[in-house]
Amino acid sequence: MNIHEYQAKQIFQKYGVPTPRGIVANTADQAVRNAAELGGKIWVVKAQIHAGGRGLGGGVKLARSLDEVAEHATKILGMNLVTHQTGPEGKLVQKVYIEEGADIQAEYYLGVVLDRAKELPIIMASTEGGMEIEKVAEEHPDKIIKVAVDPAIGFQGYHGRELVFGLGITDPNEQKKFIKFAAALYRVYIENDAEMIEINPLIKTGSGDFLALDGKMGFDDSALGRHPDIEDMRDISEEDPDEREAGRYGLSYVSLDGEIGCMVNGAGLAMGTMDTINYMGGTPANFLDVGGKANAETVAKGFEIILKNPNVKAIFVNIFGGIVRCDRIANGILEATKLVHVHVPVIVRLDGTNAAEAAEILKNANIPNVIAATDLADGAAKAVAAAKGA
Amino acid sequence: MSILVNKDTKVIVQGFTGKEGSFHAEQCIAYGTNVVGGVTPNKGGTEHLGKPVFNTVKEAVEATGATVSMVFVPPAFVADAVMEAADAGIELAVIITEGAPVRDMQAAKAFALKHGMMTIGPNCPGIITAEECKIGIMPGMIFKKGNVGLISKSGTLTYEASNQVVKQGFGITTAVGIGGDPIIGLSYKQLLPMFEADPETKVIVMIGEIGGDLEIQAAKYIKEHITKPVVAFIAGQTAPKGKRMGHAGAIVSGGAGTAAEKMEALRAAGVKVVVSPSEIGKAVAEVMAK
Repeated sequence: MNIHEYQAKQIFQKYGVPTPRGIVANTADQAVRNAAELGGKIWVVKAQIHAGGRGLGGGVKLARSLDEVAEHATKILGMNLVTHQTGPEGKLVQKVYIEEGADIQAEYYLGVVLDRAKELPIIMASTEGGMEIEKVAEEHPDKIIKVAVDPAIGFQGYHGRELVFGLGITDPNEQKKFIKFAAALYRVYIENDAEMIEINPLIKTGSGDFLALDGKMGFDDSALGRHPDIEDMRDISEEDPDEREAGRYGLSYVSLDGEIGCMVNGAGLAMGTMDTINYMGGTPANFLDVGGKANAETVAKGFEIILKNPNVKAIFVNIFGGIVRCDRIANGILEATKLVHVHVPVIVRLDGTNAAEAAEILKNANIPNVIAATDLADGAAKAVAAAKGA
Repeated sequence: MSILVNKDTKVIVQGFTGKEGSFHAEQCIAYGTNVVGGVTPNKGGTEHLGKPVFNTVKEAVEATGATVSMVFVPPAFVADAVMEAADAGIELAVIITEGAPVRDMQAAKAFALKHGMMTIGPNCPGIITAEECKIGIMPGMIFKKGNVGLISKSGTLTYEASNQVVKQGFGITTAVGIGGDPIIGLSYKQLLPMFEADPETKVIVMIGEIGGDLEIQAAKYIKEHITKPVVAFIAGQTAPKGKRMGHAGAIVSGGAGTAAEKMEALRAAGVKVVVSPSEIGKAVAEVMAK
């Protein structure tokens, strides 16, 4: 789960990670009141969406008067912001963050992620603040300092020293401030079960203070149960409605741009099914894992979600029954045809536990449009042919 | 022969009396697994599925001499259960539970290694030595005895692969589902040498997926140390970047961990890489014929 910048900064502040002062607004009037409350002469009006590259897309504007705050907020609120991370369809801006202007002397990058190879959280820092870290990694890998922290010992002084010396921060006072910043950010990561934190840029002000000018956080979905305060920060308008609905039924769904809907048990086989469709000359319309606890209701729901996509010309149900018994899936298919109008050919391949019973159930039901397949290759080939109208 | 587990392996079940634990423990016993008991706090002294129940893993190990634990406890309690098993002297914990927090698994695995305990999973189908010992949730009937060792991040692709291998007239020594979470226990790099050393295993099948670099590490290891033929499939060639594909660890982040780079690394290491899982059985038959 991801959160907005203003929410990430609320968490930062709780842990003593310094940020500029700011207040979120839903309307232009509120934006002006916020700016007045913050005081000062310069404000930044920032679109709140779950995507990077907001500045380039016109979602971040500097205001030198309250009138300009109103002007920018009016323009940004309700705009469809397109950035390199939103896709061409963009994202609707529903909130703006009004922040006091900052005196930027230097820009850094600071992030915390899990290093899967080391199996430890890793703090990444760079002097190339403001640039995309993937780009820095590609072009100047030497400019990224990586410090792994073993949670068993926590953030130690030497971790901090590796960071400041690596970044070339030489002033002892600044070193102290940066190390305190990084230590606090590590605590934010660990104590909230974050999956990633990214501050880009982290700035040094004219007075030698470090501030998180931006803030991006993602969380381990498996740990949200013990962080109700973070779960409360969920903005459902930022999530794909179909993926979200699928999730409510224990299904894992990702929409793609092809023509063959897929319903599969298990994430690996679901990806393998997409790959096989592609290999046979077709295009998958989605990833859908019905999981280990599929029943008639969840399978019917799966059909409903797949069929919402107007590009779907055929559906390939590929089930290898281990925990999910094939007879249950067969009943699900029957149920689905009662609940949802299935107007495209459905190719069904059921193998594994109770496959014979499942075949019997489907045969007796005698549903038009349902084509039986014997194995994965056969099913994929039949689905590709059906989608092409053969 | 086989790797890690066989018909003599003494197994306990943590989360023995729960719904999932009961159902699958019963299936394992029916398969022939030597389940010697289970652990459920406050049910010690009772019997379940004809086996003794203990309050703690320590008691269970002392009373039964179990060396392997199958873990079915709910996600929030997985780390606790794994650490308890490690502390009690269990040698291998097979963690079936899906949805354990990453931070918990990081701590639990580090603690397990310190105590010399191996782990498999979490979020995996378990391990099976064909016709001897099933510790997990896989449909046992698919795994006929033979000469193919199987290592897979995906449960259902393990079944798919085994089914194809059997249809080609071969069978399985041991199949290990290692799971698709960001932090997992035994992986290709640790399991490959076990299959290399197992005289019964003639061919190794490895099934990977997008995300992380375990398959790249495996490719390096194969190039230097593995003499037996290896057949591989990497799921997710058609997966979009930055999207999590079902498994918590199956995500191409920042352009790294793609199927293409993993397939390339494995090919360069001399592995027979197939582009569709439907080709696994045929590929095994081909390398067997050589």
